[in-house]
Amino acid sequence: MSEQFEPVIVGFLCNWCSYRAADLAGTARIKYAPSLRPIRVMCSGRVDPQFVLKAFINGADGVLIAGCHPGECHYLNGNIKTLRRFLLLKNTLSQWGIEDERVQLQWASASEGIILAERVNKMTEEIRALGPLRWYDKVLGGNGAVPIPVKEK
Amino acid sequence: MGAKEKPKLAMYWASSCGGCEISVLNIHEHILTVDEVFDIVFFPCIADFKIKDLKSYPDGHIDVCLFNGAIRNSENEEMAHLLRKKSKILVAYGSCAYEGCIPALSNLTTKDATFDKVYLNNPSIDNPDNVIPQQVTKVAEGELTLPLFYNTVKSLDQVVNVDYYLPGCPPEPPQIWAVLQVIVGALLEGQPLPPAGAIVGAGTTALCEECEREKQEKSIDRFYRPYEVVPDPDECLLEQGLVCLGIATRAGCGALCPSVGIGCRGCYGPPEGVIDQGAKMLSAIASVMNVGDESMEEDELVDKIQEVVDTIADPAGTFYRFSMAHSILRRVKNGKGDS
Repeated sequence: MSEQFEPVIVGFLCNWCSYRAADLAGTARIKYAPSLRPIRVMCSGRVDPQFVLKAFINGADGVLIAGCHPGECHYLNGNIKTLRRFLLLKNTLSQWGIEDERVQLQWASASEGIILAERVNKMTEEIRALGPLRWYDKVLGGNGAVPIPVKEK
Repeated sequence: MGAKEKPKLAMYWASSCGGCEISVLNIHEHILTVDEVFDIVFFPCIADFKIKDLKSYPDGHIDVCLFNGAIRNSENEEMAHLLRKKSKILVAYGSCAYEGCIPALSNLTTKDATFDKVYLNNPSIDNPDNVIPQQVTKVAEGELTLPLFYNTVKSLDQVVNVDYYLPGCPPEPPQIWAVLQVIVGALLEGQPLPPAGAIVGAGTTALCEECEREKQEKSIDRFYRPYEVVPDPDECLLEQGLVCLGIATRAGCGALCPSVGIGCRGCYGPPEGVIDQGAKMLSAIASVMNVGDESMEEDELVDKIQEVVDTIADPAGTFYRFSMAHSILRRVKNGKGDS
């Protein structure tokens, strides 16, 4: 493949801080990698680990969860719960062989458009270095519907 | 034979331990009723039936087929297709057929690693010539063949259409009997069957609803492995730091394991509305960890939480003990960029 691989990153951005940070990045015309597919959630604590797994099975190369800084959660401590889930999810995903770089957490307040943009840039480069994930065809081999042939020695 | 023929019953095992067959026999005296009501036409565990018998039946000949066991190799898959063709109602019986169960834990590794552990590098193995099963072996008398061993264990509904699911490892006798009664009622008296694709012989809520242990607000400082503590007999096990999958598991068994001090393993699968049991368990258990608050510095916060998270040994194997094949990602990646 001569063309450069463009990763797809699904972003779950909290309504109160990070989505506004992304908005700000837009209005401030900050240029950053076009890899993020933002999804607004009310709180980063709303991000069910199932969402992350679904993003992967549906073709995402990475998932970015972004929320308010600890202590600034609109719902008091939703983001602390996010952090606990995120760390346990990372432990679990490492058993799956999914690299740490593919699931990241970023705190970004409504004024930190630049921080969010920089994180997306950095993450895009990290995932580009890892290569595409393509769980559905590469790992499952046609959704597991066809037997995966024995590997040639 | 009377004017009305008896409905025909089959039971088959694919990749399973045989416990499901025993669970059917475990319905006690009702087994006599089963024998009275049904003609058993294929049940290799209890009577001598051959595949050629099954092949000789016309399509749809079997009224009810209880299929247990996961799809581990090409033979399992072939039998699943054959039984689907010959059966009117195909039931994924037990956790293996429903969601992969223990055999699907090998989806956490690769076929090569599994073979290595089973045939080569294992303290109880003496295999100096490093012999491993081959699909085709030539001997003087001709060619011998074995089924293709898949890299990924699949659930029954990932290879054929399934009419009903009966969860459990194994399903509980009263539930089995209740389901058989519904089927008999439908076949003999024309009573309505449950909607296609239904999970039968189980509840819809989480197991905690059936569990009699005292539950308070959950707040866990750290987790313990079962050998590390003697649990209080009345309190919720999870609140005592023992991983209990009850909060993410379908009710139906009557909370047997928690009632004797063992955390729920999750064999009844996810409750209604949940796709991925392990992810839900992970989410719930992480949010009730009593560690870290807003006042801490970020690095300290991460370290403290990581410490508690690390007290959960083997999270993938614990949360997905029974549901690996039916989870969203189904298996692990073999390695970097490898398929």
